Amino acid sequence: MNATTDRKKTALLELLRTPGNILTAFILALGLCITVLRFTKGLAGVTNLNDNYPWGIWISFDLLCGVALAAGGYAATTACHLFGLKDFRTSVRPAVTSAFLGYAFVVLALHYDVGQPWRLVYPIFLSQGTSSVLFEVGLCVFIYLSVLALEWSIAVFERLGWKKARARIVRLTIPLTVLGVILSTMHQSSLGALYLIAPSKMHPLWYSPFIPVFFFVSSIFAGMSMVIFEGSLAHRFLRGQMDEEHIRRGDAVVFGFGKAASITMLGYLLIRLYGVALDDNWRFLPTGYGLWFIAELAGFVALPSFLYALGVREKNTRRIRFAALLTIAGIVLNRFNVSLVAFNWQLAPEEKYFPHWMEIAVSAFIVTLIITAYRLICAYMPILRDDPDFETH
Amino acid sequence: MDNVFYSLQDFMLHTKTLTYILMGLGLPAMLGWWLFLTGRDEEIRKY
Repeated sequence: MNATTDRKKTALLELLRTPGNILTAFILALGLCITVLRFTKGLAGVTNLNDNYPWGIWISFDLLCGVALAAGGYAATTACHLFGLKDFRTSVRPAVTSAFLGYAFVVLALHYDVGQPWRLVYPIFLSQGTSSVLFEVGLCVFIYLSVLALEWSIAVFERLGWKKARARIVRLTIPLTVLGVILSTMHQSSLGALYLIAPSKMHPLWYSPFIPVFFFVSSIFAGMSMVIFEGSLAHRFLRGQMDEEHIRRGDAVVFGFGKAASITMLGYLLIRLYGVALDDNWRFLPTGYGLWFIAELAGFVALPSFLYALGVREKNTRRIRFAALLTIAGIVLNRFNVSLVAFNWQLAPEEKYFPHWMEIAVSAFIVTLIITAYRLICAYMPILRDDPDFETH
Repeated sequence: MDNVFYSLQDFMLHTKTLTYILMGLGLPAMLGWWLFLTGRDEEIRKY
């Protein structure tokens, strides 16, 4: 008995000693140390934020990129439950799980960024600033996180064997999906609308009265690309957790979302061009910022859209997965361009913001937490497999 | 394309004209893209 226990312990220790796990442990330990510094020394102790840049990488990456890339939740649930595309059923639960984790950790990351994090609940419960776009974002994120928690709870109830509770939530699938789409439409666009207040600070190529539309449309293909990207990672690293149906339907999900992402990206490319035309901003294109703008649109919108189309035509999953990676990089680039590169573009270079290494470490800490939580959830809950005791829905 | 506009009317006329022309080109481009995208799909008959 003792020998068996020892063998199990040794095997577990060996498993934990993989390079990936050691790196994870290092990032988590470093993140915890910086967390202590952040909440004892304040924002000045760990960030390079100043009056010109009250919002830094934590907003650009953790919030703007995090929310856009968590859009896979509403993209997958809409495709499956509202459009009736049941081929995508196997992508719903992983997408809802990552969306739930994404939003939950966005809220956690906000605690680092807000000067007085204990007041984060004030706008919802105590002092509603109903004329503020930020209030709308906060309210939508608060409600949508609750909706995602309910959608995700089906897997929890299956794990616990609570059949009645599961049946109640399953009956709410359509209303929850509709609510999710409405809330996502509202807050994905409102994140862009936050920048409508700063037309004089933003470079004209990135500022547009239509920036809320740009943010919303880009979130659609960002979500689809994340579903494809996460699916390919799951096929590679979590294959042991997947059942036969999830493995078999993987390609159908890749081709379906690849096709939808390609046409949506073309639409996005066109409305970005209309944005330039409506403000007569063509004169900025031959400048340095203009070339950067062209690089963003050509390299991270037009190219992946074309690669998606080629991949769908030739039934080439590798090409579609590469296009998904490129699209995700493009979304990150766009959100950084809007919130940092094009923001305060007229400031002298020495006055521009560059994040402190501890800000980058906190963002890495948050991402590592999400990945670790996702791996744990997939190991213990029916996310990448169906529970045979329950009917699929 | 560095235009000089003497009134808001001039500016709106110029930018909207160009935008509508681009939209006119964009719609068939979307259609063409969709045909390219689905060109090799197998036809699914549901009748």
